[in-house]
Amino acid sequence: MAKPKEVNDATFEQEVLKAPSPVMVDFWAPWCGPCRMVSPIVEELADEYDGKVSFVKLNTDDNPVTASRYGIRSIPTLLVFKEGQPVGAIIGFRPKSDLKRRLDAALV
Amino acid sequence: MAQEYDIVIIGAGPAGLAAGLYAARARRKTIVLERNVTGGQIALTSVVENYPGFPEGVNGFDLAQAMQQQAEKYGMEMGYGDVTAIEPKDGRHLVSTSDGEYLAKAVIITGGADYNRLNVPGEERLTGRGVSYCATCDAAFFKDQEVAVVGGGDAAIDEGLFVTRYASKAYVIHRRDQLRAGKILQERAFANPKMEFVWNAVVTEVLGEEAVTGVRLRNLVTGDESTLPVGAIFIFIGLHPNSDYLKGLLRMDEGGHIYVTDWMETDVPGILAAGDIRVNSSRQVVSAAGDGATAAIKADHYITDHFKE
Repeated sequence: MAKPKEVNDATFEQEVLKAPSPVMVDFWAPWCGPCRMVSPIVEELADEYDGKVSFVKLNTDDNPVTASRYGIRSIPTLLVFKEGQPVGAIIGFRPKSDLKRRLDAALV
Repeated sequence: MAQEYDIVIIGAGPAGLAAGLYAARARRKTIVLERNVTGGQIALTSVVENYPGFPEGVNGFDLAQAMQQQAEKYGMEMGYGDVTAIEPKDGRHLVSTSDGEYLAKAVIITGGADYNRLNVPGEERLTGRGVSYCATCDAAFFKDQEVAVVGGGDAAIDEGLFVTRYASKAYVIHRRDQLRAGKILQERAFANPKMEFVWNAVVTEVLGEEAVTGVRLRNLVTGDESTLPVGAIFIFIGLHPNSDYLKGLLRMDEGGHIYVTDWMETDVPGILAAGDIRVNSSRQVVSAAGDGATAAIKADHYITDHFKE
């Protein structure tokens, strides 16, 4: 089971920017309803893409520096990182089929 | 291959979930189809203070989840899909969605309503990047910034007050010179030092490249144009029913609300409508839930009368 790992302002560089494989970052906060709907889907994706993409979560309440650096203005936002750069953004709740399609497109 | 159900419910807001609960308890094979987030409008509401039974209020998403779990306990199913059409087929109703087809003995339409847009330049481009229709969702990202709130009704003031928890200032831009919001909300708004009111004004453009930097305003009385620098614009100018795909099938008013009887029946036998999507809805969570239950009871009777086992 590849459960998404929590990252924070301090660990973001190591876990995401310096990661050897692409990373999908789930920007969320506890009070955000749609985030709670996206999270289980992200967990399913983490299993399906195990070995190819790693998945992490960042609580925007606790980590404003990272959230602000990447211009997060609405959550849920999923950012796909490749070699330290954001290559795709999905803002707002989307169903699983959409997320997969967008993720696959960002990985190309 | 269309999946067969006794009752297909379109939309998993309070109306749909209450209908689902009653339908499932009537032992009807029931599915609720949702294209976005369970709870509909209340999924984004931080506290629902006026749903009876919760003296401390209840988080909208939590309430929706509880409604869903309660109905699922009795066998209601949830499905994903955006409904594109309903057609008659073999004495039943074929519901077509983005993700498959469903053949139902009865259909309950509880699709609710969606936010109205300003339809000005920059609005769509900057949605999610400073343009928002949900304060509880996005206000936290504009801490200590000045923001604009457009509208004069309950939503604009309620959500505008929420925004002031984070923003340094909230400019409430309203096209009239008085608010339509309820008295309690107006009192709170006028007493809030962070709220400033811009009367008789409309937004003509949302400015910014990567994110919102300001809005262009026009005063409706003087014709004067101005620019207001803000980091975000929260838009609360009403809702429209999600009934476009039903035009031609069901009788509706000019605004797209569906005409129903006291028992939520539409003109088409076997199709019912409940909640914000129907005419004369009071647009409250408790009313939507009441409508949903009524519709499900009627749908259950309809199936008994029309489909001899």
